[in-house]
Amino acid sequence: MSVMVARKKVVRKWEKLPGRNTFCCDGRIMMARQKGIFYLTLFLILGTCALFFAFECRYLAVQLSPAIPVFAAVLFLFAMATLLRTSFSDPGVIPRALPDEAAFIEMEIEATNGTVPQGQRPPPRIKNFQINNQIVKLKYCYTCKIFRPPRASHCSICDNCVERFDHHCPWVGNCVGKRNYRYFYLFILSLSLLTIYIFTFNIVYVALKSLKIGFLNTLKETPGTVLEVLICFFTLWSVVGLTGFHTFLVALNQTTNEDIKGSWTGKNRVQNPYSHGNIVKNCCEVLCGPLPPSVLDRRGILQQEESTAQEGPCPRAPGTQEPPASQGPGQPQEGAMKQQDGSIPPPSAVPVPSVSDTEMPAEKQRTPGELPVPPLDAGRAEH
Amino acid sequence: MVHSLQELRRSASLATKVFVQRDYSDGTTCQFQTKFPPELESRIERQLFEETVKTLNGFYAEAEKIGGSSYLEGCLACATAYFIFLCMETHYEKVLKKISKYIQDQNEKIYAPRGLLLTDPLERGMRVIEISIYEDRCSSGSSSSGSSSSSSGGGGGAGGR
Repeated sequence: MSVMVARKKVVRKWEKLPGRNTFCCDGRIMMARQKGIFYLTLFLILGTCALFFAFECRYLAVQLSPAIPVFAAVLFLFAMATLLRTSFSDPGVIPRALPDEAAFIEMEIEATNGTVPQGQRPPPRIKNFQINNQIVKLKYCYTCKIFRPPRASHCSICDNCVERFDHHCPWVGNCVGKRNYRYFYLFILSLSLLTIYIFTFNIVYVALKSLKIGFLNTLKETPGTVLEVLICFFTLWSVVGLTGFHTFLVALNQTTNEDIKGSWTGKNRVQNPYSHGNIVKNCCEVLCGPLPPSVLDRRGILQQEESTAQEGPCPRAPGTQEPPASQGPGQPQEGAMKQQDGSIPPPSAVPVPSVSDTEMPAEKQRTPGELPVPPLDAGRAEH
Repeated sequence: MVHSLQELRRSASLATKVFVQRDYSDGTTCQFQTKFPPELESRIERQLFEETVKTLNGFYAEAEKIGGSSYLEGCLACATAYFIFLCMETHYEKVLKKISKYIQDQNEKIYAPRGLLLTDPLERGMRVIEISIYEDRCSSGSSSSGSSSSSSGGGGGAGGR
């Protein structure tokens, strides 16, 4: 004898968001779908640092200075904090247009272009804007049904439009965009310093100990040293190069996406209208400028009433005991918001018709400044 | 037609929506176009609408202002490995709260009495200001809605002016 019970099932907005992201911790954490390489990054950093602290640090702290492991710990913690921040935060995803808005924009486009006779290809959907005396084209995104703001781009891996899109980085398992670019930059900077630091002190350790017990005996005693040196050596070439490249981009206020497409280079192209012309000002704006909060409202509530037969323990208790406003990596708590008309669009089944309109082929994962990456990204993103 | 905000949602039916788009002429900063939508011609005075949008633009400019205090906030946050955001609100978030209050205020005082409703751009991904236009279910037409009467409860029903 089952009893019908009306039960309120608390559904949060992140569960209904379109796009190919994974969400953890009830919407507090947001990542891309493929996380394998991110776990590898974590493993390499944690493993190398664990070896360094366990073996070399003990010797060096006594022989040279206890400040050595302390400084290494600070660098390590900073690198980890910025890595997790980059990986778990919303890069600046632009939510898709709701049906009303999409229809309104369609009407505007048709009004501008006029009706197209059957069989003829409609003109491309582009709007022109003048920014700082340069003409900038805004493209229409067929997936998200919006005109992309300047510098925004559609990531085909995550299937989202991202503001100030830089690139999709499999090493951090997320897109790098407006909201997490500074964390990404600080991560590669601190990782470069950490790598150089560990590499240097490994050499120092081997040198010091070899004087006492000989080179081969040193390696026999702490075989981890060889592993650390190898990892650091390969990491140095890639990460330091990448840091240099991004420093160059930050100084000019450009994104990787723009650099690869050559948006602002060449005689016939417009000059970068977003650069202040001053390196210091550009750096300050990109790294220390105001940080807009996420507009996704992942943890807002979509209230739904459900009738369920009361047969067993309820699979999901109404989530009323939410831990109080614990800010996830930089996400504002928008608070429980009732959706008036439940107007989150269903996961869009619209395939992207013209690839040329969506940016971000996966090749951008490798930036020009990145020197040979260790061949570990074989099983990486599908696209 | 005089409506309070709550009455509007209960008794009126949604006729159409107007979307005020972003204005990118100043770069990627969040600004909205002050061009008056023709659909609102008979519903609200141009000047009131423009004032609302200009005030909102001012708020957003304040939120995104690059200057001494924003640098200080950025550097302090960086020095604490961004853990400080666990207990502190950013300047941007504070301004967004002000904006939300302002919009609610405007809705109650100016837009709801005219059968209109502003939606906070934050709920639309900062892409548009959505203005919902309501038709009163009870009245026979909307021709009398253009009055600039104050929102005092003593106003007559559908009597045109």
